[in-house]
Formats: sequence, structure tokens, C-alpha cells
Amino acid sequence: MNAFAQIRQSLIIALWFMFITFPVLVVRVNTIEKVVEWRWLNMIYVGIGSFLISFVWRYFLERKAQGGKEDTHPAPATATEKPFMQRLMAEPRLYRPFLIVLSLFGLAFPFLPFASTYQINIVTNALLYIMLGLGLNIVVGLAGLLHLGYVAFYAVGAYSYALLYYHFGIGFWVALPIGALFAAIFGIILGFPVLRLRGDYLAIVTLGFAEITRLVLENWNGFSFGPSGIAGIPRPGLFGMEMDLHQGTIYIYFLMIALCLFTIFVVNRLQNSRIGRAWVALREDEVACEAMGVDPTTAKLTAFALGSTWAGLAGVVFAAKTTFVNPASFTFLESAMILSIVVLGGMGSIVGVIIGAFILILLPEYLRAFSEYRMLLFGMIMVVMMIFRPQGIIVGIRQIYEFKKVAAKEGNRQ
Amino acid sequence: MDYFFELFLGGLTRGSIYALIALGYTMVYGIIELINFAHGEIYMIGAFTALIVSSVLAFAGMSGPSVLFLAASVAIIYSAAYGFTVEKIAYKPLRQAPRLSPLISAIGMSIFLQNYVMLAQTSDFLPFPSLLPELPFLESYGLKIGSSEFIILVTTAVSMVLLMLLIKFTKMGKAMRATAQDRNMAMLVGVDVNRTISYTFIIGSILAAIGGVLIASHIGRINFYIGFIAGIKAFTAAVLGGIGSIPGAVLGAFILGWTESFATGYVSSDYEDVFAFVLLVLILIIRPSGLLGRSTVQKV
Repeated sequence: MNAFAQIRQSLIIALWFMFITFPVLVVRVNTIEKVVEWRWLNMIYVGIGSFLISFVWRYFLERKAQGGKEDTHPAPATATEKPFMQRLMAEPRLYRPFLIVLSLFGLAFPFLPFASTYQINIVTNALLYIMLGLGLNIVVGLAGLLHLGYVAFYAVGAYSYALLYYHFGIGFWVALPIGALFAAIFGIILGFPVLRLRGDYLAIVTLGFAEITRLVLENWNGFSFGPSGIAGIPRPGLFGMEMDLHQGTIYIYFLMIALCLFTIFVVNRLQNSRIGRAWVALREDEVACEAMGVDPTTAKLTAFALGSTWAGLAGVVFAAKTTFVNPASFTFLESAMILSIVVLGGMGSIVGVIIGAFILILLPEYLRAFSEYRMLLFGMIMVVMMIFRPQGIIVGIRQIYEFKKVAAKEGNRQ
Repeated sequence: MDYFFELFLGGLTRGSIYALIALGYTMVYGIIELINFAHGEIYMIGAFTALIVSSVLAFAGMSGPSVLFLAASVAIIYSAAYGFTVEKIAYKPLRQAPRLSPLISAIGMSIFLQNYVMLAQTSDFLPFPSLLPELPFLESYGLKIGSSEFIILVTTAVSMVLLMLLIKFTKMGKAMRATAQDRNMAMLVGVDVNRTISYTFIIGSILAAIGGVLIASHIGRINFYIGFIAGIKAFTAAVLGGIGSIPGAVLGAFILGWTESFATGYVSSDYEDVFAFVLLVLILIIRPSGLLGRSTVQKV
């Protein structure tokens, strides 16, 4: 396309967007004072913005179309050439120093001069989302089951701790495994009926399930104390030591680091285990997977149960961290946020999910002006990532078995 | 018996609105096998546009049926424009992608549109003017039916008949049916598939906008979140009837409307939304292909 036609097309697009955003973005009516506010500036922004974005959009679409063609006829050399990040992760000499620096920073962070209670809290929050993201990654990324009700299990964990403490005075460390167990049981209960469903139906049923959970928590006053929630949940203790707020925050921070490391360890081991490979096979092709002797029922149920376990653990920590739970913390938007972490980072990739969580949780915190637009941005990220980079920032590493001698032939077939 | 009739009528009204939205889901699913998550948002945008237009006109001193007519037309035009644009941006580039991708993209679009309206307008509930005229002749027949309920039922019935005629007898309808059966084959016999898909989105969005204007003036208040719940319920209706089947969507919508109405009337009003979700989960477990849907055979 020549430059003139491009500009003309972008102009048309800009005009179209100025037209469709007109009533919502330009006009605002105040029904009480009966005045109309006209915000013409917004129209100019939309015009200029969509004019420029349309160029970028087209450029990337074209590049994607060309990239797709190259993929179908791979040159033999590309078989051994991996993307930069994968090469980095496959080479201990490269990633070890990086890891050491990172873990030193992680350990020293709460004691650095700029780390106030607030700062530590934000990072702890990001760590919590890493855990949730990695848990959801088992279900969505590895087993390929689109789960939109993940937050229900998070709620199960949080409410288990809150209610166990309220009724029986059970402490954090005992509640942690119990919360995880409850969440896992809930996961299996949900898993059984939906086993037969395909991707999009499954998504809706999980979403419906989460909404049911939230509505029950909101309305069943005798059980969950309704919308006002449960307050005064104790923070985790450490052998009866007295801690002030700042120390307590630091303690939870280290607790989260430990739990995250544990999660990463387990998920990593799971990925390469027999069941992990069964999940990936299930994701790729259910029929073929069954034909190869993998039982899809067990694989799906374990994916649900294990995914939910992490949500339950995170839920217990969440309840202990905020010392307060109510149903408003467990809306669909929370599920969507965790899902966008997994989608942005890269489905099936551990490093990707970690990076995704840090980007999506920390960025809006530090760019205050922009935190209002957080959900808007999440929505946009989900659309844009699916169109231009469905594999996420970091592509999950796949086990590749190579026969050295016939590598050239295999490369052609891929 | 009076109470029963009231609930029955309430369920019928609800069902009509669900049907108008569910048709959009079922048509889109029939043609590209995608759950258009953003469809509820199209309905919400229709209601917002109608609110804005009618308020501006009311401040300018206009009143009467001309306001309703103008507000509804503008709402329909804008909903159609949004439906068309959403398809072009979020779904068209993903036609050949694995099934999960357009679904995630659709969820993203839905979140985006919700927050777009929230940030551009307000997160509070806005009062919606009662645009529907009062019909005094209903009283003389001794019917226990409100005029807005009557208008909703009639409008829905008319829209559905028009849709049926459109799909059965026009060239566009034929193209839509052909594309739904087999997209590649339709392309071979000269159907412009891209245009047909766009038409499907536009028609679905128009129906959603009609539903949006009707329900908003019936209930009297809207906010940016109405599309989410309405969308899920309409989807439930579509699945209940068998997704992809147009009569099924209407049947499912009425069943859902009555279930909700009777359950809130006789059981408990606290759990109004729970009934819809429980119904959805139950159908999908017992009969995933829906009441009128054909069960698809998985070929290898």
C-alpha cells in the first residue's frame, strides 16, 4: 500500500472512532442539575490517537501475517535457534548471576532505606499475585482449561481461615493447609460436573460458579456475615513473638517469598512430571491424548485440584495480610486480573507469569495517575496480546526430544 | 392466583429482554462459534446512548414520543457501530487462531468497554427517564398489565418476527445460514463471508440495543455494569435453548425469565442471580447441547 492510501485509510479510521466515541466520551449529562457537559477535547484526542494507532496496528498485523508465512516453511537453521529469553534460561552460566543478584535484592529489600511499610505491602501484594498466577497457570496454561472462576477458590481459602479463627480460634499455620485442602476439595467438586464441557462452555460454567460463591457469601448472613465481612483476623505469628505493624509486614513479606519459592519449585517439578506432560497433551489435543493412554478425567481433575490448592493458600495469606475479608474482594474482575497476568506473561511459562504479575500489579501502583485506567489497560492487554503475541511475553519451554542424526528431517516436519 | 399471574407476567417481561440479547449471542455463535463476551456491553452502550440522547433532548425542551424515537434510533445506530467495530478489532484477526484466543480477546474487550464507559461517564447509577408512553386503553380492558410491560412484549414479538423474516426470506439471511453451516463452502459459492459476519454482529447489536432501551426505561436506572449480568443471563438463555438455534434462544429466555420470576417470588429474593447461574450449571451438566440444539459429533 502506498503512503497516500495509508493516510487516507487512517483518516477514515480516525473519523470513525471520533463518531463512535462521540456520545459516551464527549457528552456527559448531569441529570440532577440538568446541564450538559460537552468535552470536545476528548474528541480531538480520540481522533489523533486512533489516527496514529491505526498505523502501528496495520504495521504489526502485516508483520504478523508475514511471520505466519515464514513459520510454515521453516528454514532448517531455525530449528536449533531459540528466542533470546529461552536461550538465556537454558544456559546456567547466563542466568545464575542474574538469579543471585535478584535473590540478594529480594532478601535485602525490606531493609533498604526507601522500603516503607507501604512499599513492602505493595511488593507482598505482587508476590501474592505471582502465587495466584502460577496456580491459574496450571489450569489455563498447562491443561488448557479456561478457568474464569479462579477467584472463588481464593475466597474459599480466605474464608476458611477467617471462619476457622472466628469459630474455633484456629491460627494461621494450622489454617494454611486446611484452607488449601478446602480449596482443593472445592476444585474437585467443581471439576466433576464440568469434565465433559468444551473450552468456551467451561469458561462460562466456572464464571457462573464463582458468581454463585460470591452471591452466597454476600447473602448468607448466618454463615459468612454478609457484605460486611469478617474483621479482626490475626496476622501470622512466629513462635509467639510480638511484632509491630512494620515488623509484621516484613514477616509476611518473607513468608510470601518463601511460599512463592515453594510454588515455583512445585510447579516446575509438576511441569516435567508425568501428570504435567499429560496436561500439556490434553491441552494440545484431547482425543489424541486419550488415544495415547492418558486418562483425561484424572488429568483434568488433578489440574483443577492443584490449581485450586494454590488459590486456597493465597487466600489464607490474603486474609492474614489484610486482617479482613468480605465478598467484595472476590469479584469477577479479580479473576480477570489473574487471567490477564497469565495471558500477558505467557501461558505455561513460570518466568512469564512472574514478570506478568510484577508488571500488572506494580506498574499501576507506581504510576498513580494511571491506576484509574488499570482495568481498561487489562482489557486492552488481553485483546492485543491475543492478536499479536498469543504465546505471551515469554514463551513456555517445551520438552523437545531430538534424534541427532535425523534432526534435519524432523525440522522440516515441525 | 393474582400473585401467580403477576409473577408470570414479570417472567414474560424479563424473558423478552433476555431473548433480545440472547439472539445476538446465538447468532454470533452459530456463525463463528465464539461466545461474544462483549455482547452484554453492546447492550449497556445502547442504554447509555439512549440515556444521553434523551437527556440532551429533554434539556432542550423536547418531550413526548419523538424523544423516544430519536433516542432509540441513535442507540440502535451506535450499538450497531460498536458491534461492528468490536468484531473488526478483536475477533477478525483471530479467525484462524485456536479457540481459546478469541474467547480471551472477547473477555478483554468486555472489560475494556465496561471501564471505558465507567471512566468516560460515571460509576454511579444514573436515573433513566421513562421514555415509554402510558397506554390508557389497557385499563379499559381490565388487564393487569403495565403499559411499559405491554410495550416490551409487543416490541419483542415484532422484532422477532422481523428477524425470522429476515433470516428466512432475504438474501442476507440466506448468506448467514450458509455461513453458519459451512464457512468455506459458503465462500466457494460466492458468499462474502466477512460481510456476512459483520451483518450478523450488526443485527445482534441492534436487538441488544432495543432490549437495552426497553429495560432501562422499564427499570429506570442504569450503570456501566448492567451489561455483565444481563450478558451472562442472556447467554444462559441461549445455552438453555441450545446455542446456535434461534427459536431455542427465545424459548430458553422465557424459561429463564419464568424461573427467576417464580423463584424470587416464592423462594427468596436475595438469591435472584443465583438461580440463573444454578440453572446454567445444571443445563450444561445434564444437557450441554440445550433443549433445541443439535448435539455435535466430535470427529477425529
